[in-house]
Amino acid sequence: MSEPVLKVDNLTIDIPMAQGTLHAVRGIDFELKRGETLCIVGESGSGKSLTSLAIMGLLSKKMRCNAARLDFSGIDLRKQSPRAMRALRGDRMAMIFQEPMTSLNPAYTIGDQLMEALQLHRPVGRAEARARAIELLGKVGITAAESRLSQYPHQLSGGLRQRVMIAMALMCEPELIIADEPTTALDVTIQAQILRLLADLQREMNMAMILVTHDLGVVARIADKVVVMYAGEVVEKGSAREIFENPRHPYTRGLLRCIPVPGKTKPGEHLGSIPGIVPSLIGKVEGCAFRSRCDVAEAACASDVPVRRTGEDHMYRCIHEVQAGAPS
Amino acid sequence: MLMFTLKRLGLAILVTFTVSLLSFSLLFMSGDPASAIAGENASATDIEAIRALYGFDRPFLVQYADWLFGALSGDFGQSYYFRVPVAQLIGERLSTTMLLGVCGISFALVTAIPLGVAAAMRPNSLIDRTALFLSVMGQAMPSFWFGLVLIVVFSIQLGWLPPSGSSTWKHFIMPTVVLGYYAMPAIMRLTRAGMLEVLNADYIRTARAKGASETRVMFKHALRNAVVPVVSLAAVQMGFMLGGSIVVESIFALHGAGYLAWESIARNDLPTVQALILIFSLFYIVFTFLSDLVNAWLDPRIRVG
Ligand SMILES: Nc1ncnc2c1ncn2[C@@H]1O[C@H](COP(=O)(O)OP(=O)(O)O)[C@@H](O)[C@H]1O
Ligand code: SF4
Ligand SMILES: [Mg+2]
Repeated sequence: MSEPVLKVDNLTIDIPMAQGTLHAVRGIDFELKRGETLCIVGESGSGKSLTSLAIMGLLSKKMRCNAARLDFSGIDLRKQSPRAMRALRGDRMAMIFQEPMTSLNPAYTIGDQLMEALQLHRPVGRAEARARAIELLGKVGITAAESRLSQYPHQLSGGLRQRVMIAMALMCEPELIIADEPTTALDVTIQAQILRLLADLQREMNMAMILVTHDLGVVARIADKVVVMYAGEVVEKGSAREIFENPRHPYTRGLLRCIPVPGKTKPGEHLGSIPGIVPSLIGKVEGCAFRSRCDVAEAACASDVPVRRTGEDHMYRCIHEVQAGAPS
Repeated sequence: MLMFTLKRLGLAILVTFTVSLLSFSLLFMSGDPASAIAGENASATDIEAIRALYGFDRPFLVQYADWLFGALSGDFGQSYYFRVPVAQLIGERLSTTMLLGVCGISFALVTAIPLGVAAAMRPNSLIDRTALFLSVMGQAMPSFWFGLVLIVVFSIQLGWLPPSGSSTWKHFIMPTVVLGYYAMPAIMRLTRAGMLEVLNADYIRTARAKGASETRVMFKHALRNAVVPVVSLAAVQMGFMLGGSIVVESIFALHGAGYLAWESIARNDLPTVQALILIFSLFYIVFTFLSDLVNAWLDPRIRVG
């Protein structure tokens, strides 16, 4: 097996707040190889975006980020200077954000912004950068690419802007692409197109991809690995097949109320909602954070919860060894 | 862009006409112009003679049209006090005021924008507090007092700069600082607020995600967007500065149009006052028009529909 592109071990992110420290991300780990797609699912506030930003080195200065390991293609990201991180960002690792309407600079043309992404990292002239921009716009399915270059973001629809964002992220052919809910803000009909595009490009360019999404149908279709996050923790992770066929954690089961099977679930099917609210992560968090919403919680859930493994690459956190009750 | 420019131009011309009408009416707002010219002890026949001589007996609109056509060809009539054509009088003085205005606004922009950016980059830091202090001082201190302090320190005590007159560039340093400092606080605070807002924008995060350096993020991606409202403010400030230059020109005895306005008001020299109001208003209209164009150029959402 090849060397992983990304290896995250015990990543924690603390945010100092007026009321105390918010433990937004609490010791997560996963790894990802070239050509693989890892999907992160979990309700909002579970720390998916912060995890993505931490990998990119884009957390704001007031947040404290620690990890036992944060390796990217053999580079220890924890030890990189801001300048070295800048050199990696946009070149070897790139990110696509949730808000296509506001993620492009309103003052510059699409062409300027695309070309900048290449010229920041490669000693190429304008003509070459322009040619590359046209090529990428074609790749993301934008017609009349050449005339788009002189347009401004406000002249494009949300779907087109997100395609431009994807093109921009791919200008330097990164090894790792992180897409943080890239379609949440778009029309349902556009969502499927954009996700299919991302999946195709990932395969074509043989990138490692982290996709944060709510769309379980998409997860079922394109994920190699799935990480389920809850309240800043990975509550379950494993190969996509394992997670869909053999979910162990009560939260995962709740999400998969009707378990989709790879290839059978239609795109656009959303995570089932589970009643209850996420506990506050300010101050010390003890026991299983899911217990206030869990059907099978017991007294033991209030203290340390064991990490369990089934099979080679399937892990979950629960006091129950084999989940009580048949899969619903 | 062409449509935009034409629309703004049309608006500017409309405003100019309104202003010209108002400044002309001024002649009649302050009482009977003929008795004003004749002086306090004039007889009724003298006043009538003056009324006929100056044409005050004609209908208002005829007088206005007459004045407007004259003004369009650069003829603003005779100054009652100096007894020379108003156009000549103003022509001699205007260049001084314009020079002072341009220097003043440049000084304000050159100090306010970098200070505003620096303050926004590190809120509550030493530089932010210094900027705040300077801007509060700028607002609290009356221009004439600040001007006098400068004269006492730099002319009388240190002897570095001439206290009055307008013959060399050295004469313009203190007036520029006083006039510019008057406009600086508002521009600085708007730059700071604009930068703080823009720095939270998603496209700033995108720029960082591309690997842009902090300097590039600040100046290419943030300032360009934050500066749009600053341009409009600068145009308005420029208008206020024409008013401010009346004070500054009197303190430093710079014989510019501002000083002339003060003299003419004091002497009831109505044709000169009318012409100055029209010209100052025209400046204001032109600044606003230009700032609209600059804004359209800076912000494609205005320019490209
Ligand atoms: N800039 C911030 N300041 C304070 N708290 C934040 C900030 N960003 C995120 N958080 C908190 O961190 C937690 C995780 O956020 P996030 O990673 O955005 O979640 P997700 O992407 O899974 O919806 C949330 O509780 C959120 O309120
Ligand atoms: S540890 Fe307890 S509360 Fe948490 S998921 Fe398992 S059973 Fe439910
Ligand atoms: Mg998020």
